[in-house]
Amino acid sequence: MAQGLTARALVAGYGDALVLDALDLDVPQGRITAIVGANACGKSTLLRALSRLLKPKHGHVLLDGKDIHKIAPRALAQKLGLLPQSPVAPEGITVLDLVGRGRSPHQGVFTRWTQRDDEAVAAALEATKTVDLANRAVDELSGGQRQRVWIAMALAQETDLLLLDEPTTFLDIRHQVEVLDLLHDLNAARGTTIVMVLHDLNLAARYCDHLIAMTAGRLHASGTSEAVLTEETVRQVFGIGSRIVSDPVSGRPMMVPIGRHRVDTTPAQNEAMEAMGQ
Amino acid sequence: MLLALLLSAAVVTLTLGRSYVPITDVLRILLGGEVPGATFTVEVLRLPRTVLSILAGLSFGLGGVAFQIMLRNPLASPDIIGISSGASAAAVFAIVGLSLTGPVVSILAVLAGLAVAMLIYGLAVRNGEAGTRLILVGIGVSAMLQSLISYVLLNAPAWNRQEAIRWLSGSVNGARLDEALPLLTTFIVFGLLLLSRSRELETLRLGDDMAAALGTPVSRSRIVIIISAVSIIAVATAVTGPIAFVAFLAGPIAAHIVGANGSLLLPSSLVGAVLVLVADFAGQFLLPARYPVGVVTGVLGAPYLIYLIIRVNRTGRAL
Repeated sequence: MAQGLTARALVAGYGDALVLDALDLDVPQGRITAIVGANACGKSTLLRALSRLLKPKHGHVLLDGKDIHKIAPRALAQKLGLLPQSPVAPEGITVLDLVGRGRSPHQGVFTRWTQRDDEAVAAALEATKTVDLANRAVDELSGGQRQRVWIAMALAQETDLLLLDEPTTFLDIRHQVEVLDLLHDLNAARGTTIVMVLHDLNLAARYCDHLIAMTAGRLHASGTSEAVLTEETVRQVFGIGSRIVSDPVSGRPMMVPIGRHRVDTTPAQNEAMEAMGQ
Repeated sequence: MLLALLLSAAVVTLTLGRSYVPITDVLRILLGGEVPGATFTVEVLRLPRTVLSILAGLSFGLGGVAFQIMLRNPLASPDIIGISSGASAAAVFAIVGLSLTGPVVSILAVLAGLAVAMLIYGLAVRNGEAGTRLILVGIGVSAMLQSLISYVLLNAPAWNRQEAIRWLSGSVNGARLDEALPLLTTFIVFGLLLLSRSRELETLRLGDDMAAALGTPVSRSRIVIIISAVSIIAVATAVTGPIAFVAFLAGPIAAHIVGANGSLLLPSSLVGAVLVLVADFAGQFLLPARYPVGVVTGVLGAPYLIYLIIRVNRTGRAL
């Protein structure tokens, strides 16, 4: 029996439009996976289907071999967390209260807040360095702080699996790196399996153990950054020429796009780039 | 705090009026004693009115805030999006057109309220998302129902019309204690049902996706919440008439008092009761002429509605 999160012959979409086309996927356990692809290739749809927000038309999404739509919602929420792309914070809510709501799958209809809940919230605030913000109102925080608070809420949920839909959108580069570092810490410290949709290929290649490239509702390629991020794949997936060089910071592959302009084709340059690629 | 406020408002409405009855006498009468000259005033004139005001207020406050939280918009209150109008239209038709009274009217009002809720929902929801469209559709449906009510009234016999118009403006005049029972029963049954969904409602405030991620069965919760809130609102409407804007005002006022953290269900229910009690008292004794309670709450609610629309326009969000 397959462990972890898997998709089998998954067909899903909105209304009559099918976005995912008989997709098979095994999410590697305890690793960080990024889903990349051009706009409208079905990245977000896949994430929605994996996190039960979208019911498949055919096929299944399985968690430890069990169809996620047959698992009780609350039980599933104790194992599988999700941070949607633009969650809404109620006006005036404090950080502490928002993060506390991550505990709701662990609470019954009338059961009270327990010490266990307190500990989980404290640990989540600690891990995301939001302890100092605890009593601030969420709507007065900066974008980067707010995203950390939402991640803290997902952490308080204490799931083994966390799915995130473009967690770095609308953040400046420093905060993008901060969020990805945080997710890396989480993966290292708790062994949480992380799956996220990312726009930035280079950050995806740097931070993820496993990369999934999608085209037209199918998996085009999946594997390590080195295996997936090739000039060939970039051309097929994004329809653009590129050079793959070695990221001088991480040693992972790094993609440099080639447009129609500003391309210096002197042999010396080419050689320099070639050399870096090896 | 709110409970104390409600209790003092109740005491005021029982002791003060055309004549003053000391609180000790009121208590003696409530416990079954006789106080010459005051028993009739308290037992027949004031007590039913107070009880009915409280129950109607609790109902409007609870049902209203449940909708506002579920749809994440203070404008999504049942009295704005046509659900109260639906219940009113059915009740007016039953009272004036069919000369019905009692529980049948309530049942018709509930059915009409649910039908309107389903209609609005069906027209507004696309791909599981409703949002602002639902409010616009609701306002449109509400306008249609208002004209339907006018039509029924115009065709009513004159002696019935007067009564119906007074009822339509929302009033606890001539309240009888036996009217309170159906209201109390509905409030307890569906109120508890709503309270048992309070955790789910709190997750819905974070958006439908987030709610689902936190283990809330979104569609099922929504159905339970809609049925409960509509039933509470519709039964209260059938008894007292649509007391303007109480459902709409209670939630935001409660949010102002208790803050954004924690559940708003009970606080706004209590605020609703205080609003109706105070507004009815003001309508009876503090204003130059006697007005039904709905006129007073209407005067309070309209400016807030305008304020809210301006603010939502500017910031794009509220509640």
